[in-house]
Amino acid sequence: MSELALKAGEVDTSHGPILYMEGVSVSFDGFKALNNLSLYIDAGELRCLIGPNGAGKTTLMDVITGKTRPDTGSVFFGQTIDLLQMDEPAIAQAGICRKFQKPSVFDMLSVFENLELALATHKGVWPTLFAKLSSVHRERIEQVLETIGLTEHRHHLAGILSHGQKQWLEIGMLLMQEPKVMLVDEPVAGMTHQEVERTAQLLLSLQGERSIIVVEHDMEFVRSIAQHRVTVLHEGSVLTEGTMDEVQNDPRVKQVYLGD
Amino acid sequence: MKPDFFRRCFCPIAMLILLLPSFTLGQDVLAGDVFSETLTKLNATSMQERSAAIDQLAAVKEPRAIVVLQALLDGHLLKLKDDGKLVIGIENSSGYKLSDAKTGQDLGVADHEAVQKITVNNSLRISLRKTIGHLELSANDAKVRLGAVYAIAKSIDDEGITLLRDRLAIEQDATVQDEIKLVLGLEALNSADKTARLGAIDLLKNHANQAVVNRLNALVEKDADGHYLEADADVRNQAKVALSKINSRLQWYAAVETLFFGLSLGAVLVLAAIGLAITFGVMGVINMAHGELMMLGAYTTYVMQQLMPDYLGWSLILSIPAAFVISASVGIAIERGIIRFLYGRPLETLLATFGVSLFLQQTVRSIFSPLNRSVASPEWMSGTWQINDFLSLTWNRFYILVFCVLVFALLLQILKRTRLGLEVRAVAQNRNMAKAMGIPTARVDALTFGLGSGIAGVAGVALSQITNVGPNLGQAYIVDSFMVVVFGGVGNLWGTLLAGFALGIANKLLEPVAGAVLAKILVLVFIILFIQKRPRGLFPQKGRAAEG
Amino acid sequence: MLLNFYKHDKAAAFLMVSIGFIALFVPLCNLILPAESALHFSAYSVSLIGKYLTFALLGLSLDLVWGYCGILALGHGAFFALGGYAMGMYLMRQIGNRGVYGNPLLPDFMVFLNWRELPWYWYGFDQFWFAALMVLLVPGLLAFVFGWLAFRSRVTGVYLSIITQALTYALLLAFFRNEMGFGGNNGLTDFKEILGFNIQSEAVRAYLLMASGMVLIMAFLVSRWVMDSKLGRVVTAIRDQEMRVRFLGYRVELFKLWIFVFAAMLAGIAGALYVPQVGIINPSEFSPLNSLEIVIWVAIGGRGTLYGAIVGAVLVNYAKTLLTGWAPEIWLFFLGATFILATVFLPDGLFGFWQCRLKGQKS
Repeated sequence: MSELALKAGEVDTSHGPILYMEGVSVSFDGFKALNNLSLYIDAGELRCLIGPNGAGKTTLMDVITGKTRPDTGSVFFGQTIDLLQMDEPAIAQAGICRKFQKPSVFDMLSVFENLELALATHKGVWPTLFAKLSSVHRERIEQVLETIGLTEHRHHLAGILSHGQKQWLEIGMLLMQEPKVMLVDEPVAGMTHQEVERTAQLLLSLQGERSIIVVEHDMEFVRSIAQHRVTVLHEGSVLTEGTMDEVQNDPRVKQVYLGD
Repeated sequence: MKPDFFRRCFCPIAMLILLLPSFTLGQDVLAGDVFSETLTKLNATSMQERSAAIDQLAAVKEPRAIVVLQALLDGHLLKLKDDGKLVIGIENSSGYKLSDAKTGQDLGVADHEAVQKITVNNSLRISLRKTIGHLELSANDAKVRLGAVYAIAKSIDDEGITLLRDRLAIEQDATVQDEIKLVLGLEALNSADKTARLGAIDLLKNHANQAVVNRLNALVEKDADGHYLEADADVRNQAKVALSKINSRLQWYAAVETLFFGLSLGAVLVLAAIGLAITFGVMGVINMAHGELMMLGAYTTYVMQQLMPDYLGWSLILSIPAAFVISASVGIAIERGIIRFLYGRPLETLLATFGVSLFLQQTVRSIFSPLNRSVASPEWMSGTWQINDFLSLTWNRFYILVFCVLVFALLLQILKRTRLGLEVRAVAQNRNMAKAMGIPTARVDALTFGLGSGIAGVAGVALSQITNVGPNLGQAYIVDSFMVVVFGGVGNLWGTLLAGFALGIANKLLEPVAGAVLAKILVLVFIILFIQKRPRGLFPQKGRAAEG
Repeated sequence: MLLNFYKHDKAAAFLMVSIGFIALFVPLCNLILPAESALHFSAYSVSLIGKYLTFALLGLSLDLVWGYCGILALGHGAFFALGGYAMGMYLMRQIGNRGVYGNPLLPDFMVFLNWRELPWYWYGFDQFWFAALMVLLVPGLLAFVFGWLAFRSRVTGVYLSIITQALTYALLLAFFRNEMGFGGNNGLTDFKEILGFNIQSEAVRAYLLMASGMVLIMAFLVSRWVMDSKLGRVVTAIRDQEMRVRFLGYRVELFKLWIFVFAAMLAGIAGALYVPQVGIINPSEFSPLNSLEIVIWVAIGGRGTLYGAIVGAVLVNYAKTLLTGWAPEIWLFFLGATFILATVFLPDGLFGFWQCRLKGQKS
């Protein structure tokens, strides 16, 4: 079997999808945030998730990253890695990274230090205590600074950045982790028109080498990046899946967005 | 015992609803006349006449008859030499202290020369004893009858047994009946008749009484030579069965007692914690001065008692609203003056309120001295409720338990039924939403804090009844009450109640095994471990709101 | 490596030089200069300054947990007290047969309680190296077990603060018990010798002060180095955005545990230096109030600066000495007011206030 050929820690995507969610249900105090949801993400795919408020988008990300444990269902990373057996740091180290809805960067650290912390390297306590930044790593940080357009701000505290810059810094922190799957929650909230365009370009340039799941309310932005499939969530399960045009013309989608 | 219980319970309630003093009017005038007539006959010279007078006195339904007869028996019944009036006189250094035999009225002191003792001979004495016992046994007051049974049991003889048997046949009061049966049963154990002894054991096995246990134990023991004290094996076996039955009842009593002490300790914990539960649950604010607000309540009780030293009960009851107002005012001042500048910084709030607690402690220390003050308990709160030889509950603890339940119920109603309660719950669930809907959150915060602090004050009143009042009173309870809140689950009053009682009982269960201090430590360690297993307590708030 | 900080932190460098100066100057003036000299420090002053230095170390250790990692530990005094008890046990064993009852093996309080044998946990404390090891290990182990349980189950914020307070409270109750074998209410006292020298002598007092100063400087340098390392940045990041750090792949609980244990060991050392200088250790050191006082030193000085904690500890304790000597009842008023003022008006402590003023003047 193909698994035998895999190196330890490598994700088996021999069947296509890199992320499997099957029959996942989560309830809070009687309220079903996710209801028997099944979703498959292909390796290298850029998938957009849309849906009205309370559709379960954030909960879905919580389940994948280990923040919330589902009541039922299974979540697999590739063919072999059971994400439900792992906690957040383990999942992050396995290669699934997440940008939060509210930008969360370390305000009291400089932009450079923020990226340094995200660097994909040993994350144990003792290695961290004695960590020295190698020239390779330094270069990698410079590269990402370039990509997210924050080279000039490298020594500024992250706390003084604008909202949009913080969003980018956080995306930059994801890139530093060399993830296989990026979960991006509302990346363009609070951005100017130009910033939105640059973000779209950035995300498009990343697809292929990584799988990206984008949750966004801005339909124009979704349209600009959704080249393959868009998934519509409603009341905790998948309402429909398809290209942007198919989805937008689906009468059920119109109904859940606009009401009767 | 039952009437005693009702009197205890009724007394404070009666005080609360201002029960009118009741007058007992209209003694039986006729009986009084016959009584005074018969009384003079005791003065007769011949013993026969006196004996007849005694019998007549016994026949008159008059409570004082017993007093006079007892005086006669004790040699305290005297005749005034000048007018022949019968008096009761107690000898003291200067002569006799006299009271009118008929009315009990105080007649001052008389010289030895002025009085003459009314004498009795032996046969009269025997008849007197019998008559007194009989009279007491047939008194209207069940308490007097019970006393008579105790008195007879102390020096039991055949005559006494007969008296008791006769009384048992007509006795209506269950308590007196039981007591008579007990005395008769204990006596029957001495009987030579085996069936009588077996019957007695059968009867006694339902009595939880130290004397019964001692006697039954004696039946199954061996003497120095290794012979059983009770020769008959059947009786011994019966006695063993009865003992085990009584022992299982004793264990049950012990369990009830532990439960009671646990609940009462729990009640103290709940009272201490419940105000904290509100401020912490609603505002996310840890008020380290909570214990000192309790201390203020306790000192309020002390001051009230100094103001009205003659009305212990009233001062205690008035202390409750007074303590509420004082602690609530201080609480609101703390909220307005300090805490409102620190919202969203719970750790800083914790430190600032700790500063307040030091301040309050030192203030009290400066005003009232660092020494402990003791607050007296009114009569209806002191002493114990003696249910039987093995089970007695202290009244102050009993009242605190009742008080705790009342405060809890009242608080629950305030939160459920009033506008303030609605606003408090709204702010607790979603502060921003409540604000958006026009609820004046600042005012609600202040009032919530006042409410929580006021309850702390009220808890202090309760505490003053079971412990000394001193400047360190609050410190002793602060860690405990936090543990209760956290154990029960923040934001859940029922959780606080349950956690308080559970911890109280756990403490009292562990105490006999581990000792008081170790029990406390064990409970603390348990909670520390528990919080680590379930960080949100027994009854956590669920859903998304709780995550933030 | 340890001295790199001085380039970017002039205040800290100045403070370290000052402490070094005090740690050498005061003992020398005490030992060499005659008592009439204006520069002579009395034995009382030497003990007092030595005590302040151990408190400074204690404050520094709390700053690591609270200032940098955001854990408001209200039971930090427990580690100090445990370190103190470990040292106290060594000093008790050094008394030997010079105690009141003259028992060569058992301390006086055990003889008094009619104990026949030395409890097993007193073994080894006759050796200084063993006691020194325990000064580190006992607080470290307690911090490890407690922290492992607490951080793993993600107890944070006020919950954590309260259970740390409960921890020290439970220890307070436990150490009050005679059965524990640590002298109960009276604690351990009447020490005679340390390492064979008379503990009452002025020279030993002076050397203890010197040692306290040196240990404080070492602890500062090591702490500074730790906080300037990547681990320091991770710890700061945990304070500000714990969730984010976790999603970056760091095991937050292990980092918290490391810093907690490290700080507990420093506190233990502080306690071990404190006991021979004051001559007694008793259960009151476990009282929750003591732990809260440490918090206020750090709050006054300024959190997350290390030197702020040192200055705060010395300032507050100097005030305590002055006030309790002058009018004892004022002390609690003062302390209470300090808590309130420090949190409401000086959220960043004196140093934060000072820095704000400097910045304000510049702009």
